[in-house]
Amino acid sequence: MPGFRINRRRFLTGAALGASGIALAGCDAFDSVSDTDNKVRHVLERANDLTYRVQRLLGGRNSLAQEYTEADIRQPQRPNGSTAPDDDTYKGLLANNFADWRLEITGLVENPLSLSREQLMAMPSRTQITRHDCVEGWSCIAKWTGVPLSLVLDEAKVKPQARYAVFYCLDNIDQDEDGPIKYYGSVDMVDARHPQTILAYGLNGGPLPVENGAPLRVRVERQLGYKMPKYLSKIELVDSFGDIGDGRGGYWEDRGYDWYGGI
Amino acid sequence: MKSATFTEVQPNAEPAPVKTGTVIYRQSAWTRLTHWIWAIAIFFLLLSGLQIFNAHPALYIGKQSGFAFDNSVLRFTAEDTPAGPKGYTTVFGHRFDTTGVFGLSGPASDREARGFPSWATIPSYQDLATGRVIHFFFAWVLSITLLLWLIASLINGHIRRDLAPRGEDIRHLPRDIADHARLRFHHTGRYNTLQKFSYGIVLFILLPLMILTGLAMSPSMDSVIPFLTDILGGRQTARTIHFTVMVLLVLFFVVHIVMVLAAGPINELRSIITGWYRTDPPTGEKET
Repeated sequence: MPGFRINRRRFLTGAALGASGIALAGCDAFDSVSDTDNKVRHVLERANDLTYRVQRLLGGRNSLAQEYTEADIRQPQRPNGSTAPDDDTYKGLLANNFADWRLEITGLVENPLSLSREQLMAMPSRTQITRHDCVEGWSCIAKWTGVPLSLVLDEAKVKPQARYAVFYCLDNIDQDEDGPIKYYGSVDMVDARHPQTILAYGLNGGPLPVENGAPLRVRVERQLGYKMPKYLSKIELVDSFGDIGDGRGGYWEDRGYDWYGGI
Repeated sequence: MKSATFTEVQPNAEPAPVKTGTVIYRQSAWTRLTHWIWAIAIFFLLLSGLQIFNAHPALYIGKQSGFAFDNSVLRFTAEDTPAGPKGYTTVFGHRFDTTGVFGLSGPASDREARGFPSWATIPSYQDLATGRVIHFFFAWVLSITLLLWLIASLINGHIRRDLAPRGEDIRHLPRDIADHARLRFHHTGRYNTLQKFSYGIVLFILLPLMILTGLAMSPSMDSVIPFLTDILGGRQTARTIHFTVMVLLVLFFVVHIVMVLAAGPINELRSIITGWYRTDPPTGEKET
């Protein structure tokens, strides 16, 4: 029989085999890559370093995230993660409308700071209507008002060896055998000094609500939402975050998420 | 009769033995290598992509996702009903019960609310972080390979010689569609009209569009090339296009496999592995 004639039985057998192969494809054969110590995962994660380098090369220090108009604000900012911190310290500060709250600027700075909300609000402010992109895939446009982080860093006089700004938060995001785990995160100095990186105390024309991070959250507009910690209490300038948490630069990063959230 | 065509693709052929056809070198090393790299990359991109989608199994049109308004076009949800938990798929406002596949799936005793079922995602359980690690690695692999293929195929003539449609391709289109519908294939050194169109659409439209819509979802890339997101209709529209192109690529894959099986899997596989391909004997079936 010439090879090009269709043998229907062979065709159907092949089609059935092919279909069952596809059905088995996903299964759990690759689940071991979930382990953050997995060697294959470490190779795959190198792609994130490449993305980071290339996006820094393309965007430089000052490429600006898109800004929108008032007409694009069509809904309240969707909260995610902690929305009502269950922490006694936080609840005490909230009960007093954050009059006793302070933002500490520490670490590799010549002039450590302890700033009240009033002091921050007395500094020059920036208002921007930007799109918040969650790592889950959704987006939400809102108007944020706050003080540029670069102004605060200038006042603290950051030492040249500082490479990262680490944000410490008041909310208990999780619990383990040692007790509550507090949210934290970090960005490089390029994003820390980016013109749109602000310490926000206002949302859509009003004060920042508790569910969105009152009294203060950071906006890092060229990255995803998990890189913008809420309920800030301290910013530490460091040359390495290897000794903080599990050493990957943030709460979600310690759980396998990329440190660079630009994509 | 097409003896002229056969002479063309067998430049140094003796008069071919009448019954067996001739084995010709059809696929260059570049074509074969990139084909298999894409096969692997797209496999992982698809299954890790469905994992990522499952983190928020809804698609929207516009710049943002409507929570206080409705701009969604597709949504997978799970609900408790008097008849037990159910999975639903809502497409353009029309809701379908898709329990077991979309919205709610897993063993009947242990149903789980998830967009796509466990067998369609890597990892098999909900793990967005790992899905992203896998997805972005293979996104780089796909993009770099596509670029290398484009350069190599422009230089070695693959695009001009094999993929670019000619006048005769257009003329043969109705007959080619009829032949495919009857699973009748003509094995020559050339791609037939529908092959040229489908490979061309995948290589020059779908894969580039996949990369562009992927980049448009990156907040950092949006600061570099904001017009891309605008052209695509906003970030959430870009995400919806990304998903739609995925569906089209899956359809292409299914048809591609069916065609390979129908046209003779041994010969087709040999040509994409070794490059060598057996053509029809010149006096075989007449093309009418």
